[in-house]
Amino acid sequence: MKQFHIPMPVRYGMNTILIIALLLVGHLLMESGVLPRAHANNVIQVGFFIILAVSLNLTAGYLGQLPLGHAGFMAVGAYVGAIFWRSGLLPDGASIVVGLLFAGLVAALFGVMIGIPALRLRGDYLAIITLGFGEMIRVLINNIPTVTGGAQGLLGIPRHSSFLVVYICVVITCVAVHMLMKSRHGRAILSIRENEIAAESCGINTTYYKVMAFAFSAFFAGVAGALFAGNLGILVPGEFGFMTSINILMIVVLGGMGSMAGAVIAAAILTSLPLVMQGLAHFHVISYLPGASEHIVRYILQWIAQHRMIIYALLLIIAMIAKPTGLLGNYDFSLSRILEKLIRRRNVGKAEKGGADHG
Amino acid sequence: MGKHDPRTPLIPERDQDKRPVMECVGLGIDFGGLTAVDDFNIAIGPTEICGLIGPNGAGKTTIFNLLTKVYQPTRGSMYLEGIDTRHMNTMQANKAGLARTFQNIRLFRELTVLDNVLVGLHNEMSYNLGKAILRLPAYWRSERIAKERAMELLSIFHMQDMAYHKAGSLPYGSQRRLEIVRALATNPAVLLLDEPAAGMNPAETEGLMENIKKIQETFQIAVFLIEHDMHLVMNICEGVAVLNYGRLIAKGTPAQIQNNPKVIEAYLGTGGGVADA
Repeated sequence: MKQFHIPMPVRYGMNTILIIALLLVGHLLMESGVLPRAHANNVIQVGFFIILAVSLNLTAGYLGQLPLGHAGFMAVGAYVGAIFWRSGLLPDGASIVVGLLFAGLVAALFGVMIGIPALRLRGDYLAIITLGFGEMIRVLINNIPTVTGGAQGLLGIPRHSSFLVVYICVVITCVAVHMLMKSRHGRAILSIRENEIAAESCGINTTYYKVMAFAFSAFFAGVAGALFAGNLGILVPGEFGFMTSINILMIVVLGGMGSMAGAVIAAAILTSLPLVMQGLAHFHVISYLPGASEHIVRYILQWIAQHRMIIYALLLIIAMIAKPTGLLGNYDFSLSRILEKLIRRRNVGKAEKGGADHG
Repeated sequence: MGKHDPRTPLIPERDQDKRPVMECVGLGIDFGGLTAVDDFNIAIGPTEICGLIGPNGAGKTTIFNLLTKVYQPTRGSMYLEGIDTRHMNTMQANKAGLARTFQNIRLFRELTVLDNVLVGLHNEMSYNLGKAILRLPAYWRSERIAKERAMELLSIFHMQDMAYHKAGSLPYGSQRRLEIVRALATNPAVLLLDEPAAGMNPAETEGLMENIKKIQETFQIAVFLIEHDMHLVMNICEGVAVLNYGRLIAKGTPAQIQNNPKVIEAYLGTGGGVADA
């Protein structure tokens, strides 16, 4: 029996409708003022952490390298975007698009620069040079105050990162990475992770694809950086320290190296964790708890909200023990696949019934 | 051209008047002070099945690594269809028509069987990055043709039903076959097989021999294989080269090799009392 497949145009249509529906719901929630400010801001933050995690996943998950300088690319994008927006060269609408593109392209250039030495190194050594690179960028920004505002920070950046802009960027990132990975270029990147010598002897230009993956990854990190700048309105170099790179890597590791759905889910959970804990601490149900336990529970929740780095570390340790491949391993969510399975199961059920009737 | 004439007596009659598909002249490599391979001369006809045998550590796999440019030779040269491969790397050697399998299987284990073959077909597809991301018609056309080709190649080896299994989950024999299919997907002129029968039982080896003959007949390409299984070598190879301590000690037809005293010495050692085998 031929297996049932949902035709490609239907799949694309379905996904497009889903994306638009989510956009409408989000937009309505954000603009109507139903969400408190802190929550709305959290949604935006989740947005650029998704972009950062999905882009890092390209090098860490699919290419199988371990870069620790993602915050560096983010910083490059943030400052390029911010400086461009502040200059006010273009009217608002065009400025947003060109600024984001510009931020991405400059970051991608840095990605190529770091990608070339990275060809000679792997594993721990690559982690160390990319880490050094990230710190270099931060120090550099600190020391050219005429351009970047130095340690004082860059102020008065136009607040361009509306929900709409961030959402569109998230969608473009996820779609682009997905389309890339499901093509001959994506297979080439995966083959390098799986076995570099075999990839080369299959005629894959491993040098080209490594640099390409780095550039691609840096491009979207740059875009996320610009969104970050447009959200805060202020940039200080301290934001792009080593811990930020680690945070992004942690999202990827927790979500599952090589799973885009995992990266998205982990980004949402980890970024929202402090807010959710804070919210729970103020939840009125807790006041029904007997005696002192009410205060203890509140205290614990607030402690978690304030010390998220400790919780991240604990989560990471637990994940490494319980499920070393991360939340989703390298499984990727596909609505069409789930639907296909359901329909197939129903068809099989019918066929069995039909068979029984004949017998 | 060295002291041996690399053309004789390996190339089978049907290929004698054609240009050899692969030719090595005085190929050698040193690792530090150690000469691993020296003065390796061979010529392989366009549709020949040729074997490379020799005791463990003779340098057979080193020769494969030299041919596929994993190592760059210290001396000598290698020609693929008449083209000097001096400045090529592994990827370029593959594009020039050289595909190989590995002694210790190197599949893309986490990818599906189909994707493994599609990686092999990478250079048969031509759409660029932009066309892939925007899903332009060139992408769909190219992917469809490649997928059909991949399934066709898999079906030659009766593996089409495994197309969506993870390569790492296949049984050993199928993994070896998949590696051959992946190599064939790159559309080679010469297929290098590094111990294809290693770890196979006699029935599987028998199947492998049929497959190798089938490859040579269907694709009209040359096969150059390293093997310890003498039954396989003597039955399907038209020419056999024997390596010992990094040097060729004999070349010839299987019958000639079997009776060559140097070969017997290399395998069994010297000394008067060698029992009649």
